[in-house]
Amino acid sequence: MKEQLDQIFSRHHGTRDALIPVLQDIQAEYGYLPPEAMEAAARFCRVAPVEVYGVSTFYAQFKFSPVGRNLVMVCQGTACHVMGGARVLEEVQSRLGIRPGQTTADGRFTLETVACIGACALAPAMVVNKDTFGRVKPEKIMEMLNGSGS
Amino acid sequence: MENEIITLTVNGKSVQGRKGQTVLEVCRANGIHVPTLCYHPKMPPYGGCRLCIVEIQNMRGLPPSCTTPATDGMEVTTHTDRLMRVRKTVLELLLAYGDHNCLLCEQTGNCELQDLVYEHGIEKVRFKGEFKPHPKDDSNTMIVRDQNKCVLCGRCVRACLEVQVNGVIDVAARGSDSYITTFNHQSLKDSTCVFCGECVASCPTGALTYKQARFRGRPWELKKVATTCTYCGVGCQLELNVKDNKVVKVTSDHEIPGPNQGSLCVKGRFGNDFIDHPDRLTTPLIKENGEFRQASWEEALDRIAGRFESIRKESGPDALAFFSSARCTNEENYLLNKFARAVIGTNNIDHCARLCHASTVAGLATSFGSGAMTNSIDDLKNSDVILVTGSNTTEMHPVIGSTIKRAVKSGRCKLIVVDSRKIDLVDHAEIWLRQKPGTDVAWLNGMMHVIIKEELYDKKYVDERTEGFEELKKAVAAYTPEKVEEISGIPKDDLIAAARLYASAPAASIAYAMGITQHINGTDAVKSVANLAMLCGNIGIEGGGVNPLRGQNNVQGACDMGCLPNVFPAYQSVTIPDVREKFAKAWGVDSLPGNVGLTIVETIDAAGKGKVKALYVMGENPMVSDPDLHHVEEGLKSLDFLVVQDIFLTETAQLADVVLPAACFAEKEGTFTNTERRVQRVRKAVDPPGKALPDWQAIAALASRMGYEMNYPDAEAIFKEICAVTPSYAGMDYQRLDAGGLQWPCPTKEHPGTKYLHKDKFVRGKGLFHAIEWIPPAEPVDDQYPFLLTTGRVLYQYHTGTMTRRSVGLNERYSECLVEINTEDAARLNIKDLDRVKLVTRRGQMEAKARVGEMTEEGTIFVPFHFSEAAANKLTLAALDPQAKIPEYKVCAVRVEKVA
Repeated sequence: MKEQLDQIFSRHHGTRDALIPVLQDIQAEYGYLPPEAMEAAARFCRVAPVEVYGVSTFYAQFKFSPVGRNLVMVCQGTACHVMGGARVLEEVQSRLGIRPGQTTADGRFTLETVACIGACALAPAMVVNKDTFGRVKPEKIMEMLNGSGS
Repeated sequence: MENEIITLTVNGKSVQGRKGQTVLEVCRANGIHVPTLCYHPKMPPYGGCRLCIVEIQNMRGLPPSCTTPATDGMEVTTHTDRLMRVRKTVLELLLAYGDHNCLLCEQTGNCELQDLVYEHGIEKVRFKGEFKPHPKDDSNTMIVRDQNKCVLCGRCVRACLEVQVNGVIDVAARGSDSYITTFNHQSLKDSTCVFCGECVASCPTGALTYKQARFRGRPWELKKVATTCTYCGVGCQLELNVKDNKVVKVTSDHEIPGPNQGSLCVKGRFGNDFIDHPDRLTTPLIKENGEFRQASWEEALDRIAGRFESIRKESGPDALAFFSSARCTNEENYLLNKFARAVIGTNNIDHCARLCHASTVAGLATSFGSGAMTNSIDDLKNSDVILVTGSNTTEMHPVIGSTIKRAVKSGRCKLIVVDSRKIDLVDHAEIWLRQKPGTDVAWLNGMMHVIIKEELYDKKYVDERTEGFEELKKAVAAYTPEKVEEISGIPKDDLIAAARLYASAPAASIAYAMGITQHINGTDAVKSVANLAMLCGNIGIEGGGVNPLRGQNNVQGACDMGCLPNVFPAYQSVTIPDVREKFAKAWGVDSLPGNVGLTIVETIDAAGKGKVKALYVMGENPMVSDPDLHHVEEGLKSLDFLVVQDIFLTETAQLADVVLPAACFAEKEGTFTNTERRVQRVRKAVDPPGKALPDWQAIAALASRMGYEMNYPDAEAIFKEICAVTPSYAGMDYQRLDAGGLQWPCPTKEHPGTKYLHKDKFVRGKGLFHAIEWIPPAEPVDDQYPFLLTTGRVLYQYHTGTMTRRSVGLNERYSECLVEINTEDAARLNIKDLDRVKLVTRRGQMEAKARVGEMTEEGTIFVPFHFSEAAANKLTLAALDPQAKIPEYKVCAVRVEKVA
């Protein structure tokens, strides 16, 4: 872990204001914020570890346990809500057998809800990893998951 | 212009403030009440609670007065219907998102939320919050955190991060889910919390409370007695909270003037349960046929007086010796010094300052003319650079540790740490030099070599205020960074960088402790520290100085009171006939002895040889604290007569012929002198247990029995006598001390006390440089004993553990001896964390568990000396510094074995 972290730190200045970008890079590397990495980030940015914890728990983007290989985000924003986002979420939950915030037992998928992804014209929308799907039909969901997920 | 006066109108009245103050500060200073919750005068403003909102003309909305700077001509209104309505709503929301059950709350009657609800007449809460109860954190025996009573004012967070600079807790999550927690949501017990309790002291509600005090008294039932802490030399002011003659808890108040401004450490706040411990001595004891039996004071004192008389008659006054105590008050130390010299007629009096800072007293006295800390604790905030060496400040003097960390956090001060252990301060340091134990003179000379070579020293100061520079220059010429690297292991570039940083500071302070002093060349090392400070013009200025941090509550005072074999009070030498005559007259005796008496280690030696036959020990425990314990035990056992006066039956008291029960600090009146020369009051809060008496009463009664009347109605009468014979205390009295203590020298009633010494002129005239050569430690490592052993203390224990080992909270944190060993060494010896190890030196051996980590360097072992069952001092060497007679506790050679 030390080498990966050193690599990340080499891209930033070791100051307080670099904390969030550093944490984003750590999450990009590991998929979540391992406690040891948060402590290392604290030392690097010269803040107390608990400040890192306070900052990272403030933002919804940071995760504290390992996520699945594939991240599924189902939009529950206003437009998606109107266009049946709840049904999409229900279908994903029943297909994967998990609730938002959980990861499948095989570690393949983690499910999250988001308030809006800015694709309202395509509502209801869903994101799998980097692929965004619009006008999602519940019966096509497994196809999308299998197609984008590894 | 910080002090520019500005005029505001508040509620229609004209008030004055200073530029730079906030609107709230101006209101408070003018006695105008503005409700607050998140505001705390010790902390930077937060602007979180929205209760201190005011209306300000030409300003939109309702600005919070705590974050709004006051400006000239401002028109402020603090109470309007609109403001009251908003404040009420804020309070109702706080109540809706909590479980504020005042009936069973420890803070009832002392709760700011309760007061605010009362002030705003809130009968019913209009809102129903989606409140999810949080589990309480009562994982430990000291602090309970009940999140359900938390109002998220953030005062505990700022107390931890900004005041103590520990940074253990913060606000996590967001919005109504927010809560205060530790890193990774651990319990306090498992977190990095050091239990200073600053958070508890700052909490406005019952969210943080004292666990041990639960159900033992409501705030209005507790009598608060302000006094001086009995642990280290910082001299923190604290309040003993008393109910039914028991100390229920210890609180602090930032408004009490003193060195700590309301901050305490775990020992001061949670380590006072020894006071009513069942093990306290309650009656005099006399040993007969190897067993103690209870005795009356009359019988015990008669026995002592009789034996002292007969020994003096047979073998002369120098067959008696006295160990005074840095734990006892000035009044008691003064009286024991008077007893030894005037009643018995011997200068054989010493105390454990010999074992910690004798080299400081000797070294600084020759360099500067005075052996005390030159500057003040609070003055550290004025330093541009602080160099800390041989002091694990955050553990030994935690409140000073926080002062240093605050200075660094403020951004104006840079920290240099020179320590062979990776102590907490290293995390805050700009530069850390890791020297091999026993090489201090070498790196100090090395720094001076660089500073002189690069001409970074203060030439004007050296010319005008010092002497001996040429000799110094010659001596340090050989200490090139390369040579110093060879001796000390400090990389030469780091040494150069540290030298430049120290020399570049307009005001640089050096703080040190036993890492410098407890060596065979301890006095030389102290003189080297003095050399460095003078070289850069740092003595006699604000923010500068050489600051030895004294270890015990009254070690400075015990020295000031003449509990040393060569001096009377205020360091007036016993060898000067005029001084002797002055004291003989003051004490009403014909003459006083003029030969210098024996030091602690010499006394033990003389006892072993039968030269000292009787020893009176007041509040010391040489059977744990002194070097080479086998030798100490032999010495004490060879005595004809041993008297020990203490609050517990210590390891030393067990060897005594007569034991006298003493009152502890909470049970008597008097004064302590802290490390910064500040004389502060000690006040009685509870009665002593059983027949225990303040030490001064025991001494006075004994003197009277021996035909020398000591009639003092109270401790204050003794203090008056002290001030009459001690020039540096001459201007003091109890009334003046009540206002926050006075720093000596304070020669007259009008004198305000002295914040820093040697201003404009050294006490000895000119500061004296010493040319010092480095010498290696007395016992080098070899094949048989391949590790360097160094000893010291830990945060949660104090000295020989007599008091701290009887405290519930402290022992929860650190209850047994842990031998620190470096990870690499441990791997080679196949030792894992918490394995049992045996340490063997040429003097003895001990067993304890290992603590494997990076705290010590490879090749070095650290052992705390608090634990009699794993006594570090069975291992240590009684090799003495020839000048100060201080033993070399900090280095000897040791072998480590894994216990199967």
